[in-house]
Amino acid sequence: MLNADFIGRAYPPSSPYFVSREKIREFARAIGERNPVFVDRDAARALGYADIIAPPTFATVVAMESSQTVMFDPELGLDFSRVVHAEQSYSYSRPICAGDELIVSSMIENIRVVAGNDMLTTKASIDTVSGEHVLTTTSVLVSRGVQTP
Amino acid sequence: MTATVRYADTVVGYELPPASFPLARVDLVRYAGASGDFNVIHWNERIATSVGLPNVIAHGMLTMAEAIRVVTDWIGDPGALVQYGVRFTRPVIVPDDDAGAMLEVSAKVTELLDDNCVKIVITASSEGQTVLGKAQAIVRLA
Repeated sequence: MLNADFIGRAYPPSSPYFVSREKIREFARAIGERNPVFVDRDAARALGYADIIAPPTFATVVAMESSQTVMFDPELGLDFSRVVHAEQSYSYSRPICAGDELIVSSMIENIRVVAGNDMLTTKASIDTVSGEHVLTTTSVLVSRGVQTP
Repeated sequence: MTATVRYADTVVGYELPPASFPLARVDLVRYAGASGDFNVIHWNERIATSVGLPNVIAHGMLTMAEAIRVVTDWIGDPGALVQYGVRFTRPVIVPDDDAGAMLEVSAKVTELLDDNCVKIVITASSEGQTVLGKAQAIVRLA
């Protein structure tokens, strides 16, 4: 069982993540992207961006360290070997752009038990170091109960 | 920072151009490296089957990343995406053969919203079975 007292717990903001052009390109290649706006600066500029932008799910790379801080919080009691990613959503103010320096602020939005499985909802705001909101990411993780195969 | 598709030209029921995305083992390894998600069930058949999976499965986040390409390719400017969410309902099973798996993605405009936004419902399937539930996007059109 997860510690329900953790609902509403906010974790300290991450150290800044510097978004590099090469990391965006690597990620775009890994998801098979063909859209030039993710790899070619001129194509991105033609759409009005200062530099190449990141594919919509690139936020998972930026938020990785912060989400692991939550998942591996020993007091939370999540058994990582039984965790399944059940839901994921993003709400964007703008796309992530090469050159951004981003801070991830994670919090536990909800903990509940559904059919004997712990469900953990975490939310993270991803903002620039100067405080501009870029996107909010919400994840639901399910820790399968011991009885369930 | 503007979509190339016009809100005024868009109707409920419009079907976006569908796409198919092949997924082989090497694609999972590449995604693991690029994303930092090295969960062994995405590359090690021995571990995957020992925890009750039929075989190695694709990262849900990779499936999610592929599925939205149908929408971002259509709107012209991927930055016009306002919201995107999915449920991971069934894994994409990726066998260790030359063919791998195939992810089939289609999408349809289901609602016209305020502020030039439209709601799009996405269907993603593999081997004839849907793999994402409640896969929806909101985009702001020109």
